[in-house]
Amino acid sequence: MALLEVNNLDVRFALRGGDVRALRDVCFSLDRGERLGIVGESGAGKSVAAFSLLNLIAKPGYIAGGSITFDGEELSGMKDRGLRRIRGNRISMIFQDPMMTLNPVLSIGEQMVECLKAHRRISTREARAISLHKLNQVQIPSPETRLDQYPHELSGGMRQRVIIAIALLLDPDIIVADEPTTALDVTIQAEIMDLLLELCEKHNVGLVLITHDLGVVSQVTQRMLVMYAGRVIEQGPTREIINDPQHPYTQGLINALPQMATPGSRLNQIPGSMPSLSNLPSGCAFHPRCGFVNDANGEPRKACLDKVPGFVDSGNCRVACHMVAELVNQQQRDSREEIL
Amino acid sequence: MIAFLIKRLFHAFLVMFVISVISFAIQDNLGDPIQQMVGQSVPESERAELREELGLNDPFFVQYLRFAKNAAHFDFGYSYIFNEPTTQVIMRHLPATLELVAATTLLIVLLSVPIGVYSAIKPRAWLSRAFMGVSIIGISIPVFLTAIVLIQLFAIGVEFTPFPTDTAWGAWLNGLLSTDGGMPAYGRGNPVHVFGTWYTNFSSLEGLTYLVLPAISLASIMLPLFIRLIRAEMLEVLQSEYVKFARAKGISLRRIYFVHALKNTMLPVITVGGVQIGTLVAYTILTETVFQWPGMGLMFLDAIERSDIPLIVTYLMIVGLIFVITNTLVDLIYGLVNPTVKLTGKPA
Amino acid sequence: MRENAMSDTIVPGRWARFRDSYLLYSFKRDLVAQLSLVLFAMLIFAAVFAPWLAPANPYDLAQIDIMASELPPFWIDGADPQYLMGTDAQGRDLLSTILYGLRVSLIIGFGAVLMQAVIGVSFGLMAGYLGGRVDAFLMRLADIQLSFSTLMVAIIVGALVKAIFGGATFSEYAVPLLVLIIGLAEWPQYARTVRASVLAERSKEYVDAARVMGLKSRRIMFRHILPNTLSPIFVISTVQVANAIISEAALSFLGLGMPETHPSLGSLIKSGFDYIQSGSWWITLIPGAVLVILVLVINLLGDWLRDVLNPRLYKG
Repeated sequence: MALLEVNNLDVRFALRGGDVRALRDVCFSLDRGERLGIVGESGAGKSVAAFSLLNLIAKPGYIAGGSITFDGEELSGMKDRGLRRIRGNRISMIFQDPMMTLNPVLSIGEQMVECLKAHRRISTREARAISLHKLNQVQIPSPETRLDQYPHELSGGMRQRVIIAIALLLDPDIIVADEPTTALDVTIQAEIMDLLLELCEKHNVGLVLITHDLGVVSQVTQRMLVMYAGRVIEQGPTREIINDPQHPYTQGLINALPQMATPGSRLNQIPGSMPSLSNLPSGCAFHPRCGFVNDANGEPRKACLDKVPGFVDSGNCRVACHMVAELVNQQQRDSREEIL
Repeated sequence: MIAFLIKRLFHAFLVMFVISVISFAIQDNLGDPIQQMVGQSVPESERAELREELGLNDPFFVQYLRFAKNAAHFDFGYSYIFNEPTTQVIMRHLPATLELVAATTLLIVLLSVPIGVYSAIKPRAWLSRAFMGVSIIGISIPVFLTAIVLIQLFAIGVEFTPFPTDTAWGAWLNGLLSTDGGMPAYGRGNPVHVFGTWYTNFSSLEGLTYLVLPAISLASIMLPLFIRLIRAEMLEVLQSEYVKFARAKGISLRRIYFVHALKNTMLPVITVGGVQIGTLVAYTILTETVFQWPGMGLMFLDAIERSDIPLIVTYLMIVGLIFVITNTLVDLIYGLVNPTVKLTGKPA
Repeated sequence: MRENAMSDTIVPGRWARFRDSYLLYSFKRDLVAQLSLVLFAMLIFAAVFAPWLAPANPYDLAQIDIMASELPPFWIDGADPQYLMGTDAQGRDLLSTILYGLRVSLIIGFGAVLMQAVIGVSFGLMAGYLGGRVDAFLMRLADIQLSFSTLMVAIIVGALVKAIFGGATFSEYAVPLLVLIIGLAEWPQYARTVRASVLAERSKEYVDAARVMGLKSRRIMFRHILPNTLSPIFVISTVQVANAIISEAALSFLGLGMPETHPSLGSLIKSGFDYIQSGSWWITLIPGAVLVILVLVINLLGDWLRDVLNPRLYKG
């Protein structure tokens, strides 16, 4: 059994006009020391997925169903008291915007020490020593002085290093990083990502990396999920998905990368935009934007319009697409005929 | 920090300068010291002579400088009504007002923080809704009316007998609806001498009872304001990323509320609190009038009624000074709480 | 005919736009706002039609019967049915006096807010649009005035105006003078709000566009920026009306406002306060209750408006 297993996760937001379903049937797992990427456009539900792991979704959001099993413990229905034992201790988080993540009126030291003291019975002195050690690990210059500085005295990149140090404080099993480099200067992004990767590898920490940057995912993660409109539409080994995407949406994402366009021509955008979660199209949520919605006769596939696609195995990947399902069935039929 | 202090001091001087010019203009245009010093019978020639002697014919600027110089030594001349130096009159009335303000501030601080924080943490609880409802009613009742209602209820007493008086339960219910009265609502009683012009109500239970109704009246307008402010700020802070991150670190809710959130909530509250000190002093005039509390407000109103210009001017200068001092103190406290102030020299 | 029908379908009329607006939608769902509006409308109606609604004219000395002074309201023993709410110490019918007083309070309240708005909006526009020294001067002035608190400034200005004009003249021109005093005391609220929204609007592209087109700065201010600052002005105006009414009442209570011969709600409360010890609580508490209800419904409407028009605050 994997260290973290998420099954059929269903997250909803209770709004005035009724519930909006932010996540549906999300399943994935993470082994010890494994690195998983979650990819999608903004609004696909990546962040909701990350925050619901530790039940940190802001009201009116709530987990309506499914299970989250961590090290044999069920987290989805757990009381706050129990979750607090795990948060920051065995699963820690890195947030998107380092300028907003640290409390402006508390010193770096206070914010590190309180985290240690919340989980371990140690003296402030010991806690400061550990903090200092971790600040050293994230390669912050003159860490001793940093402990007594306040967030506004540090640059964005420096703050994100502090946040990584806080995430590593209690030697967690998993770090959930929600777009950890998006808010940073482009020049620092690679630095921070390399640091995170290095530390995770060195300490054998699992990583759930939420991002919309396919380049980062391909460099850092071993497996990945692609999300669209609150569902996982494709998952599998990162290398296979990047090199041979099956789902038309994943293909679109990869084709839209600048390096995929011929120099001087326009980028290959996916037409249209992500539907609003409160007003999803029928059938496959991607069908209005899909270039493969028509079958061989040039008619829209009825299944795409009416039925939510289930997963089919295609190689080592699992894909939720009617078109891919048809192809796979075709192949299986062909191979069976060949045998016969 | 030094740059910050210098800037604050400069601002304070500027404010005192503006106030002193206004005060002097009032004195110059409305007060006639000659009439005060000599009787009606003194002939005009003698008056003109005295006028020249006192320098009242000097240019405005020269006279202002003289005024400012005297003001720097706390010399504002003689009060018409009391016939003694105005500063002495003020010093006699100051302790009463300060004690009233102190008692009120205590009430506001002790009640507004817990109530504001509670109704931000549990915005949907019925108690929070009740607090919010009562506070908007509180804001809508003028402070002098609160004072009058309190006098009616607790000083005079109300007998309300909608239930039959000859049954035990009726008498009990009537008793619940009626009040006895008897609370002191006039003056300070017999305050105890501390030193100089300072007499205090804080030293005995009996003295404190005289403070109860005035302090509650004065607090009634500020308390709801602060409750609403603290609640609104706290609600906003609780939505912030750093509170979310603190939760992700596994910090206890209590520490999140009272260390992470409250400290950030208090920053704007301190700023507003500084401004509200001015309002509080203004409201002491109303409260002291209703309760005949012998403080500076009542004295000021008396001075207006009887056109005691030197006393009015002195009141303005002293109150201005109090505002400037408290505002500077508030800014200093703000600077101590908010770490971003120290480096930049101004509030972020 | 056909053209008419077409334009109707394309551009909905003002009424239709209002009918479909979020403002009306949220109003329909908010019982407190509805009740407040109804009460407010009733009070306005009573004030406007006071001369026709009131059983007596409190300004007419001939109608006053000094023998009938301090009569209690109808539900207390010893009441005269002729005086529904009882009489005050001078024998005036309290109900009539309150209706006329309500009228005076509302006139001064709205007048003073108009005054503040005119001063504050022009200063705010100037500060925000011209910037530099004008901005620094005006905002410093506003700071100083606010640190003194608006009520304090009103009391001081009131005392000075009374000292300059003398009691008799002050009483005669009390209404315009109070409008002026409260207007001068409370303009900083408007100036600050307008300045803040001007600064926000100024950085937007349409103002640049207007300037590139060669429009004069005054025209840009009034035709382009002001309309976009209307929503915050509207919201603070409700609160300011309530404040102005309270300020007027406070000034009158201190004897710096309306004279007792021409009372507002505040001066009624003041005149009644002297008789509260003798048991005639109604002279002060009934006008007091009317004042509280008036201010409360305005505050409640203001709260509702702020919640609807300013979603940033609506996070609860």
